[in-house]
Amino acid sequence: MNALLEIRGIKKTFPVRKGLFQRVKGHVNAVRDVTVDIERGTTLGLVGESGCGKSTLAKVLVGLYPPSEGEIRFNGKPIIRAEATERIDTARSIQIVFQDPYSSLDPRLPIWRSIAEGLSIHHEGDASTLWRRVGEILELVGLPPNAADRYPHEFSGGQRQRIGVARALIMDPEFIICDEPTSALDVSVQAQILNLLKRLQEELNLTLLFISHNLSVIRHVADKVMVMYLGAVVEIAPARQLFNAPLHPYTRALLSATPIADPKLRGRRIKLEGELPSPINPPPGCTFHPRCPLANDRCKREEPRLKPKGDASVACHAVEEGRTE
Amino acid sequence: MLGYALRRLLIAIPVLFGILIVTFVMARSIPGDPCKAMLGEKASAATCEAFTQRFGFDQPITTQLYIYMSDVLRGNFGDSIRFSRPVTQLLVERFPMTIELALLALIVATFAGVTLGIIAARKHNSAADVTTMIGANIGVSMPVFWLGLMLAYIFGVIFKDTIFWLPPSGRLSAGISSVPFYEVWGWQLAADSGWSKFLEFLSNLYIFNALVTFNWPVFWDAVRHMILPVLALATIPMSVIARMTRSSLLDVLGRDYVRTARAKGLLETDVVRKHALGNAMLPVVTILGLQLGALLSGAVLTESVFGLAGVGRLLVEAIFARDYPIIQGVTVTIAVAYVVINLLVDLSYSYLDPRIRQQ
Repeated sequence: MNALLEIRGIKKTFPVRKGLFQRVKGHVNAVRDVTVDIERGTTLGLVGESGCGKSTLAKVLVGLYPPSEGEIRFNGKPIIRAEATERIDTARSIQIVFQDPYSSLDPRLPIWRSIAEGLSIHHEGDASTLWRRVGEILELVGLPPNAADRYPHEFSGGQRQRIGVARALIMDPEFIICDEPTSALDVSVQAQILNLLKRLQEELNLTLLFISHNLSVIRHVADKVMVMYLGAVVEIAPARQLFNAPLHPYTRALLSATPIADPKLRGRRIKLEGELPSPINPPPGCTFHPRCPLANDRCKREEPRLKPKGDASVACHAVEEGRTE
Repeated sequence: MLGYALRRLLIAIPVLFGILIVTFVMARSIPGDPCKAMLGEKASAATCEAFTQRFGFDQPITTQLYIYMSDVLRGNFGDSIRFSRPVTQLLVERFPMTIELALLALIVATFAGVTLGIIAARKHNSAADVTTMIGANIGVSMPVFWLGLMLAYIFGVIFKDTIFWLPPSGRLSAGISSVPFYEVWGWQLAADSGWSKFLEFLSNLYIFNALVTFNWPVFWDAVRHMILPVLALATIPMSVIARMTRSSLLDVLGRDYVRTARAKGLLETDVVRKHALGNAMLPVVTILGLQLGALLSGAVLTESVFGLAGVGRLLVEAIFARDYPIIQGVTVTIAVAYVVINLLVDLSYSYLDPRIRQQ
């Protein structure tokens, strides 16, 4: 297996400005040290609650934010430190499908112009070539070719998300980031979009990073799952193992929160106490310790590092020490 | 599109009728006797009686309204009491001046306001942004008459005998006169036809007239005379437009489709030009239509300050003199202009927003 995308120690902080003169009063640690490989042709699922840095990581990968630290390699070549032209060449191989298909299309443009814009930035082809390409892509994502000159408001949510996928696909990407592509859609439409993505992945040999807070969706699409908490990775494991035998206490709590259609099992849920801490002043030691049922003194002092355990990697002192109480 | 425009024009008809009736009644409910206002306090009862009968003020108001309405439908706004000339003729002479002033002010306000708004939004929270917005707040707080007097004083008096001097009053300098284009081209006009009235109207737009006849000395003189009044009149709308553009553009720049455009790799200039600006212009266009009302009322003050013989001053003088036909004629003309401009604004929505286009 060779890794298509290697993410090495990515950090992203945002300055917090306050007061009359907008002085920097601290930093939001949106992404704290993420390191992971994504193998060609596979899907990495990324889960975590709101505000844990999922979307920030996606934006760093697609080039919307420069990372504060770290390096990203694509096909073995570093793309963050690369020269500008090289960055553009690689940028077209990494595309993103955004969350809300209702707001992520410019309402003033017919959709073929939104779809073709990526190509025209790279000066590829004249108007008729672009038009033909758009027709092909629309067919690929299951939309009628005559949809091209209509406007976003004429489409339903599912159709719009197909347009979002078409927009990403027209660049012939190798890697697509799906940033919660189904969370704004009806359940029936969600399934259609997920199946579309799976089909396209097989046909075009795509590599996916699939971001979601919906564990059932992740279970459906992912080969490997990465769990984030407050900007840091707490567990990475093959999907089957993660869902059957979660290691990190946070992963276990997350999984037990998934609705189960059996009232008898309801009592076995792990309820997390407290709120998500502020990413401006994260707690010392393990950031999860204030809410962790297994926390001890070491967890309050020392930040756990991501360590391999079997096929998985986990950042937890309790797991490392074999504590369960 | 055409059907929509026609429907809107049809809706405008009852609006105009309403305006006719309201101005008719309101002009007559201004306290004061037109006879005394016109002929002086010492006019005798017999003279006043004759005056009142001559202009039909002794008739019941409904009869007066009926006669007036049937005249208006034939395109006749009656004769001015004070000047004993047709109101239409006065409008042909005076209205072009006001149109020139308001239109130039609108153009200046729009271009300057939108540009400043874009700068402020692009450099959000920077020194440029803060300066622009402080400037806009000052601009919006300055009364037209005060600003007009200050400009006239600074450029007309302090800068006298320097190259910055600008004429503080009038439309043309003494010794320069505008020759109507139909005379330059040797057209023979039929007396009193609607077409020749229209041509006369056009030729009274001095800047336009000088442009089509390539008469550069008159053109420059007319433009120089317009600079101060236009500045005075454009400041408030410009500030309002700048603030609106800024807040609207800031809102749009945070939208998801702008993020999508950035993710495609568009340059920030193109993101603003192709995706953000068009979407941000919708509320600005609405403001534009509303500002035109402010421009027309501001034109009344501006014309008084700069001694311009426009329709605004005509109206003010007519109100003092209780010259009912002029009050009515001018108000209705301004109302028509307002209705037409707002129709144009509504039509431009459908250009800017495809969601409106298909409805």
